[in-house]
Formats: sequence, C-alpha cells, structure tokens
Amino acid sequence: MTAETADTAAIPAKAGPSLGLLRFAEAVSIPIGALVVSALLFALFLVAIGKDPLQFYQLIWTGGFGSSFSIQNSLQRAAPLILTGLAFAIPARIGLTMIGGEGALVLGGFSAAAIAIPLVSNAVPPPLTLLVMALTAVLTGGLWVGFTGWLKYARGVNETIASLLMSYIAIAIMNFFVEGALRDPASANKPSTMPIGDAYRIGSIPGTDVHWGFAAGVVLALLLWVLMSRTTFGFAARMTGGNLRAARAQGLPVGWLMVVCCAIAGAAAGLAGFFEVAAIHGQANASLVAGYGFTGILVAFLARQNPLAVIPVAILFGALAAAGGVIQRRMGMPDATILVLQGMMFVVLLVSETFYGRLKLFQPKATGQRA
Amino acid sequence: MDNALVTVLIAMLGGAIRVSTPFMFVALGETLTEKSGRINLGLEGNLVLGAMVAYAVSYLSGNAWLGVLAAGGSGIFLGALHGYICKLPRVNDIAVGIAMMSFGTGLAFFFGKPFIQPTAPRLDAIPLGDWTGNPALAQALQVNPLFFVGIALAVFMFWAFRNTRWGLIVRMTGDSAASAKAMGVSVDLVRFLATAAGGFLAGIGGAFLSLYYPGSWNQGLSSGQGLMAVALVIFARWDPIKCIFAALLFGAAGALGPSLQSIGISQGYYFFNAAPYILTLIIMIISAGSKAAARDVPGELSITK
Repeated sequence: MTAETADTAAIPAKAGPSLGLLRFAEAVSIPIGALVVSALLFALFLVAIGKDPLQFYQLIWTGGFGSSFSIQNSLQRAAPLILTGLAFAIPARIGLTMIGGEGALVLGGFSAAAIAIPLVSNAVPPPLTLLVMALTAVLTGGLWVGFTGWLKYARGVNETIASLLMSYIAIAIMNFFVEGALRDPASANKPSTMPIGDAYRIGSIPGTDVHWGFAAGVVLALLLWVLMSRTTFGFAARMTGGNLRAARAQGLPVGWLMVVCCAIAGAAAGLAGFFEVAAIHGQANASLVAGYGFTGILVAFLARQNPLAVIPVAILFGALAAAGGVIQRRMGMPDATILVLQGMMFVVLLVSETFYGRLKLFQPKATGQRA
Repeated sequence: MDNALVTVLIAMLGGAIRVSTPFMFVALGETLTEKSGRINLGLEGNLVLGAMVAYAVSYLSGNAWLGVLAAGGSGIFLGALHGYICKLPRVNDIAVGIAMMSFGTGLAFFFGKPFIQPTAPRLDAIPLGDWTGNPALAQALQVNPLFFVGIALAVFMFWAFRNTRWGLIVRMTGDSAASAKAMGVSVDLVRFLATAAGGFLAGIGGAFLSLYYPGSWNQGLSSGQGLMAVALVIFARWDPIKCIFAALLFGAAGALGPSLQSIGISQGYYFFNAAPYILTLIIMIISAGSKAAARDVPGELSITK
C-alpha cells in the first residue's frame, strides 16, 4: 500500500488538471469515509454493551475540542503523535513497514533524561542542557531505527518484526537502568531517573499551555513534507518505495536511502521522547511507554503517509486521548475503550484501501487515456 | 557453586517446558497460515485476547477447559477477520496484522478489566517427576497437558502436510497460487481457512498463559510472545517439528531471568528479561541471509523478501 502512495504521487497529471484534483479528493474522502464507518460500527458496539453512543461522541467532542482548556490538552497530546506518525510515514514512503517508533521514543526520552543528570548537577544553564538533551534523544532514536533499516538492507531481516523486537529491547534497556544504576532513591513506588527539576523544564508556547513539542512537530512535518515531495532525495526515496528493482537499475543508492529514511524516523520518535521528558514527566520512567509509538502508526496510515496530513490526524487522535479520561469518569468505561475504537478504526481503514481506484466518482471521465 | 548451577539448569528446564507452550501453539498456527501463502503478524492480538477470554470463561463457568475452548473460538474470530480482510484486493497483509494486534489487545483490555481481580480455576498439571525424589526436579517436571497436545499437533501437522490431500492443497496454495487455481482450488478459501485455524491455535496459546503459567490475567501478561513466535517460524523453516525445538529454546531463554533470580542473582533481571527478544533478533539476522531458509520458504510468501 505504501507503493500505491508513491505511485499516486509519481504519476504526472496527464489527463488534464482534474486528475490531480480527483486523486486528492479520493485520498481525502476514502479515509474520512473509513472514519465515519468505524464511528458507526463503534456506536453499534456501544449499544451492544448497553452504553449511549450519542453521549460517547458528545463527550469526545467536549473532552477534545469543547473548551480552550480541552483544545490545548488535545494539542499537547497531539505533539508526540505528530512525531511518531512521521516516524512511521517516512520509512513507509520508501516501502518499509517500520513499527519501532515506540522503542525510539522510549530510548530517546531515557537517554535525554540520563544525560541531563550530570548536566543538572553541575548547574549547566538550562538552554544548553535542553539542547544537549534534545540532540542526544534525536541521535539515539536515529541510530536505533537506522540500525533496523540497515539490518533490512544488509541482511534482508524483516523490518516489521525486527523493529517491534527492538522496541521491546529498548523498553528493557530503560527498565534495566531505571530500576538499577540510574534510579532516583526518592522514587519509591515508580522507579524513575533523577528529576531534571522545574528550572530545566522546557515550558509552553507563549500564551498557551501547549508545550514546545507541538511546534517542533509541526515544523518537522513541514520540513519532511518538503524533503519528501520537493527534493531529489524525496523523489529517489519514493521511487525506491514504488519499485525497488527499477530504483536499483537507475543506480540509486537504495541502501543509503533506506537507512537515512529510518534514521529520520527514529530521530523524530526520539525527539518525541525528549519532549515527553523535558515538558511532561521531568524524568524517565515507565510513563514513557504510553503507546504513542503505536498510535502513531494509525496516524500515519490515516494520513496516507503524507507528512502534512499527519498534523491534523494527530490532533484528532490527541483529542481522542484527551477525551479518554472524561469518558472513563462520566460513562464508567475502562481506559481501553479508546484502544478498541482505535483498533476498529485501523481495521476499517485498511479495508478501505481496497476502494482506491475502484470508485467511479474519483475516476477521470473516459478519454481513452488511463494513467 | 555447582549446586547453584544445577538449580539454574533445572529451573531453566522447567521454565523451558512451561514457557515454551504458548510459543509452540502460536508458531504452529503461524506455520499453517504461512504454508498457505499468507502472513498473520497479528497473532499477538489472538494470544492476548485468548488469554483474557480463557480466564473469563474459566472464572464464569468454573471449568478451565471450557476456557481453553472459548479462547480458541476468540482466536478463530480474529483469524477469520484477518483472513477475510486480506483477500480483498490491494490490502496489505502486514498492515492488517498490525491492526489486528492492536484490535485484539484493545478488546482484551476492554473486556478483561473486571477479571483482573478474581481467581479463576486453572488447568491442572501432570506430575511427571515425583519418582525422582528431588523436589526441584519434580517441580520442573510438572507438565501441563497442553504441552503434549502441542507436540502431538506438531507431529500430526508434519505428517499431514506430506501425506494428506489437505496438506498438499495448503502447500500448493502457498507455493504457487496459479497452479492451485489451475487445479480448481479456491486460493482465497484455503487461505481464509488456514488463517482462521492458525488464529484458533494462537488463541489456545493465550489460554495457557492465563490458565497455567503465569496463570492469571493482567494487561502485562504477554509482551511480544506472539510476535516472537511469528519470527520463530522463519527460523524453524516452516517445519512443525522444528517449531517445537525452537519453542523450547525460546522457553529456556525466557526462563533465564527468573531462574537466575531463584538463586539470588537479581542483578540485571531486566536485562535478562530482554534475552528472548535479543535471541529472536540474532536468529532473524542469521536465518535471513541463509540459503536453506530461502529454499524452504513458501513461494507466495513475502515475509523474507
């Protein structure tokens, strides 16, 4: 399916300007249709277990977008999702199904918290400390996922399984240090690294309560959109994703492209981990393993692997996450409710893939020319 | 020191037998599915949902074996859903696997919430080691009947793939969809049934987790066993008998951390917990480049390409 995305983008609009528009309409309508269908299915599910679907969707609306507080809460939760969404979308463009975002986020966040310990205790100024933390997280994440990409290229190791295994290993590495050498003795119930302290927190975008991770995510999404659709690097990557053999025959450095795309993905997820530590938790602990990496996969699929589309989709899922707590309290439903909804969306969304190119509405009028 | 080593080895033997069973069932299910030419990466979802359903049904009915059966049923549900979606044109089976993983886990967590606290009747083990007179060994040789069911199943599958008409049809569908079609076999139907049956087995594997070892239901019950079992199939080269040995190896690796803890080495417990994942990764790296694996892979499968 990743190949299709590349196809769609690579096909020049031969049949006049309307073809590009039709493709765009198709790429927007089918995912939205899938969302609506999964919302209806979930409503049936709610009715079946004796809950009120209207109340559910109303709570999602008020909990996600109903007040300025809830909007800011949604944007805050969207920040890591933009970054982990990008972490899936970029390798997908080159034909790799990398699901290691969770591991890169955890390890990025952990390495940032770990490197902060000596810096904070030596009273290095906060801006410099935060910069070093961010760079460490980006580098760790990039190397982590880049290595998986290299395994795929050099050894032909299935990248989907390998990247998920790497996530489990990443979580084990963090637990190993957090429960051992780097444990803050004060963290009795929830083993954590030393807190970085309030002076070292990264703070919010002025005038809001939304931390800087959201801005960073938006900027990175824009940059990666330019990289993937407006540069020769992006073209080469998409071509590799569309047809690996053709790309090789053209003499493209396929392996290098794969490793770089994966490293970018890991860097994005690592950055998400940095913001989780520097803006939310202030230390590394099990809270980093919050499933952002996995929700990011769904975000990227819904965005059809387009970095720009990742932003609004991530905000939507941020709102879902923000509303989760309200739904739990008001409707007495378990916190896994959102997981069920997301799983249903994911399944329906993949089913909707089958409609691309098959709906009459989005096909150019027969002119004898087929793209 | 010698004594400690023996303790660790016995604990690892017992651990290998205990821990390997879910690996075994998931790997056998995946072997069946992959032999028919389809990948189901989502068996982790079947495993978790199976564990929850088994525990819930066992608790509500008071009969653990009824729980095992229900777990298989939930596995069929997810497997059939996967099989149905994958036969639609332009749908990527790897992606569907990821989706089923999160859907199955989500359902399990949702419906499993009320069952975290109560204690359900568990499966009984067969004490095979009482004659040894060594309590540690006797404890290690407490073997669950499902372990033997798994071994019998592997032998049966090994035989059936070679010697029965059904086995031939599954293999042919996996090796060349075109020749299966030419023989008048419905490729979609064979793959659908193979995926549903594979899901059934993975569900049973989940029942073992919640009803025998570790023997309770909670959200952290399975951490990637389903996924590792899928990777294990490549290592076992789609051979049911080799799946058993691979599962035992993984079981032993999984038992390393707890075994060392039993003699008081708790340093690096979390690191040893990562051993199965690292082992899987190393095995994948080794077997990915191997010519033998390339020879045995079902022709229609894209997992090793």
